[in-house]
Amino acid sequence: MNKKEYQELVKELSPKEPKLRNAIVAFLIGGSIGFIGEAIILFLMKSFGLSRVDSYAWLAFILILFASFMTAIGKFDNWVTKAKCGLIIPTTGFAHSVQSAALDYKKDGLVTGIGANVFKLAGSVILFGIVSAFFLILIKVALYG
Amino acid sequence: MFIQAFLFAGIVCLICQIILDNTKLTPGHITSGVTVIGAILSFLGIYDKLVSFAGAGATVLIANFGHMLYSAGLAGYEESGILGLFSNMLCSSGIAIVSVVVFSFIFTMVFKARD
Repeated sequence: MNKKEYQELVKELSPKEPKLRNAIVAFLIGGSIGFIGEAIILFLMKSFGLSRVDSYAWLAFILILFASFMTAIGKFDNWVTKAKCGLIIPTTGFAHSVQSAALDYKKDGLVTGIGANVFKLAGSVILFGIVSAFFLILIKVALYG
Repeated sequence: MFIQAFLFAGIVCLICQIILDNTKLTPGHITSGVTVIGAILSFLGIYDKLVSFAGAGATVLIANFGHMLYSAGLAGYEESGILGLFSNMLCSSGIAIVSVVVFSFIFTMVFKARD
């Protein structure tokens, strides 16, 4: 069997991702997070008298706490495998990547394990977020003063 | 507002899922890309409108991280120049970074890794 035939065989035998189903699940889960988020915002505004901007900050805080906790007790990994982008694209995915990296490298020790690897996955979000924001601000300032 | 929040967050996740399934990009590429897109939309002045249109539907997404970085940095620049840009950029998104570090440290100390 030459290389080409082998590749074709691998392609044939590897399980096909149900793309349509994945897309619908991601839509429903992602949408639900937006919906629940809006409900939490209204709850915070009504019962604590917070401004809308403060409520957004508290919402991010709540989502991160929830996702970190669920990852730590081992539930969130299964949910992410099912919902994929529905849970990865909201802030929950950010918390999940940090929490799971920290748990995975716990055995390597405090500094060389947790400390060195905690931003292994989320680091790229922070890096590219800051770099792109920095250059966009420079462009904005250069163009519009 | 609930319907807009549901639809907006859902559609962004749907698009990302389609990109994830049909290209070789990993979730890491997608989340970084969405963050950068958030910063670009903020640069174009669109993200503020999205937040007032979809509410929490726009702020729960990771794109909001890029938006917060950009708008806080720009506000810092307008306040006190280039030094303000550097010192203010993490102002409003700091809540995400600090809380994620603190919680993950606490939970990592308390819980064990599971396969």
